[in-house]
Amino acid sequence: MFEFLTSKFEDLFFKIKNKGSLSPKDLDDSLREIRLVLLEADVNYLVVKEFLENIKKKALGENILESLSPFQQVIKIVNEELSAILGVAPGNLNFSQGIPTIIMIVGLQGSGKTTAAVKLASLIKSKYSKKVSLIAADIYRPAAILQLIDYSKKTGCEVYHEDDSKDPVSISVNGINALKKNANDVVIIDTAGRLQVDSEMMNEVVEIRKKTRPHQIYLVVDSMSGQEAVNVAKEFNSRLEYDGIILTKLDSDSRGGAALSINNVVKKPIRFISTGENIDDFDIFYPDRMASRILGMGDMLTLIEKTEKLIDEKKAREIEQKIYNSELNFEDFIEQLKSVKKLGSLEKIFSMLPGMGKNKALKDVNLDDGQLDKIEAMINSMTIEERRNPDLIDGSRKKRIAAGSGTTVNDVNRLLKQFEKTRSMLKQFSGGFNKKNIKFPF
Amino acid sequence: MFRLVKNLKYLWNKFKGNNSEFWDNLEEELILNNVSVETTVKILKEIKEHSFKNDINDFEEIKNLLKNKLIEILSEGSQGQINTDKSQPFIILVAGVNGVGKTSSIAKMAWLFKNEGKSVIIAAADTFRAAAIEQIQFFGEKFGIEVIHHQRNSDPGAVVFDTIDSAVAKKTDIVIIDTAGRMQTSSNLMDELKKIKRIISKKTGSDPDESLLVIDSNIGQNAKSQAEIFHKVLDLTGIILTKADSTSKGGIVLTIKNDLGIPVKFITFGEKIDDISYFDPEKFAEMLVE
Repeated sequence: MFEFLTSKFEDLFFKIKNKGSLSPKDLDDSLREIRLVLLEADVNYLVVKEFLENIKKKALGENILESLSPFQQVIKIVNEELSAILGVAPGNLNFSQGIPTIIMIVGLQGSGKTTAAVKLASLIKSKYSKKVSLIAADIYRPAAILQLIDYSKKTGCEVYHEDDSKDPVSISVNGINALKKNANDVVIIDTAGRLQVDSEMMNEVVEIRKKTRPHQIYLVVDSMSGQEAVNVAKEFNSRLEYDGIILTKLDSDSRGGAALSINNVVKKPIRFISTGENIDDFDIFYPDRMASRILGMGDMLTLIEKTEKLIDEKKAREIEQKIYNSELNFEDFIEQLKSVKKLGSLEKIFSMLPGMGKNKALKDVNLDDGQLDKIEAMINSMTIEERRNPDLIDGSRKKRIAAGSGTTVNDVNRLLKQFEKTRSMLKQFSGGFNKKNIKFPF
Repeated sequence: MFRLVKNLKYLWNKFKGNNSEFWDNLEEELILNNVSVETTVKILKEIKEHSFKNDINDFEEIKNLLKNKLIEILSEGSQGQINTDKSQPFIILVAGVNGVGKTSSIAKMAWLFKNEGKSVIIAAADTFRAAAIEQIQFFGEKFGIEVIHHQRNSDPGAVVFDTIDSAVAKKTDIVIIDTAGRMQTSSNLMDELKKIKRIISKKTGSDPDESLLVIDSNIGQNAKSQAEIFHKVLDLTGIILTKADSTSKGGIVLTIKNDLGIPVKFITFGEKIDDISYFDPEKFAEMLVE
């Protein structure tokens, strides 16, 4: 656990270069890493290419190589660009006067249209106090009509359906006429799932649009979508000119890069997100939250800020010198341990680090703050001499330390062994570095 | 000696350098098909080394190498088809996240087996989703396949229990169990799945004969995480790859096979009952590399 902690923090702090320059190669390296992050997040390959070219231009344009914290600047720019692309002017839900506002829901099979339609109905009903009804225009999927009726029972919204008709176009038209008479403010049409390359089905939905003249069309997109998402959206947009996107299944841990791909190419807003199977699992879309999710960053920015505050520069330099001279000892470590504790529980810290989910080593490691406590207890049981010069610690001292900290001699042995390993490893590293650039925490 | 090394280095760089566009295109193709970056890099590295060692410079030949490599990954060590011959009912458990096509592919599988002369019973163990039971019942009625179901919101385990009882009594060949869609990140729902597996074990004395994860061709890298976690819970024996008629090619199954050893057993591609076939690695590899 000790070694793992060491290497992880090394990685993290190696990247946070407080002062000093970032060479053009370093910028390329950073971008390469970001490329990987974006591809793993399902952002389209070609979109990634273009996106990074823009980032590079911007980064160079802003002279980040001269800045104080270049790597962080790059992340900041990426985050900003992402948020900008994702946050295409959402505006408000516009309701028409006099006639019912007609909303049409389209998308691939299984994307979550029916669920989204009902959730949207529920949201509009409660938030805007409108009378909302739905039209069951999917006559292909077995029990689709029943599914819509069943699911919308909780909302109290009426569902127009024709059980024997095989014509979604006329169902939609009839539905609107019927619902108009019932003083409905909003009518939502749930259509069948369809492939954007199925010309017959695409023609059908274009026809529904022509005959019903919806005020708004939403494309429902599964947030787990891979590389093709952008092509699906492009085609739907070209045939229908949708107004916005509803991004679904965000309760999964998928990063949702499809959102970036789509919005990079089709500049229409993502309006809503669906985050579960309950009707209330529906929310307005927040671009900056999505940006962090795509980057797999979680609270990375928060962590960087927090950590910077804790590392006293002077102290860090002193420690670096000590490492170089192999003088690093337990006294130094206990100080750093306290800093780590201030950052929060280990579990939380690691959850803030990017790519944690993928890290196999992490999966097997039991992140146990108890372990850190144990280590701290052992060090606290050492005399100052022992802390400063761990080589002093012989058999009888080990026994005393173990007794004093409520651990075993084995634990103490392990600590000493690992510490020695770390010490020599750090020394190796510190030898090869440009001192200007590196700050080690311990 | 020095000259030789220098020449080799020159050749290698030339090979790498001049043809980098070619390799980039291959990389692009694989990644656009949802093969993971890691798997793509691994595969291309091997192909590169092989080409260089054997002095293969023809692009078409290299593409062929790639295709064969993909076939190798997809078919190595796995049981291509399912052998459903068994004295007790052959039990197939089907799971997956929401909206991937579990129910549809179960209907198709059932039809496939029926055409092979087997008797099939389906357990409608998705007792949660609106009209899930009615959906599978529709297929059952239309194609003459028995569906056992309980009331909405009843215990899925109980449905499984009853279905197996029924199948044993009637000496049915195959039992296919439909379950509710669930995110692999939902521990409660994954526990429920574990429970269903336990019930099957208790009833039959062994794990399900096949535990299949349904993966939608449109899904990107999350499919790998789905496979990992469902595998932990169910010990997956195979994948059903759905919606192969979409423009997405489901390349993530390559990663899943390569990293987790889980083979694709079926592939579905349309909304008709016969839009299903046993997975053919060669056809699939051709599709990926076209």
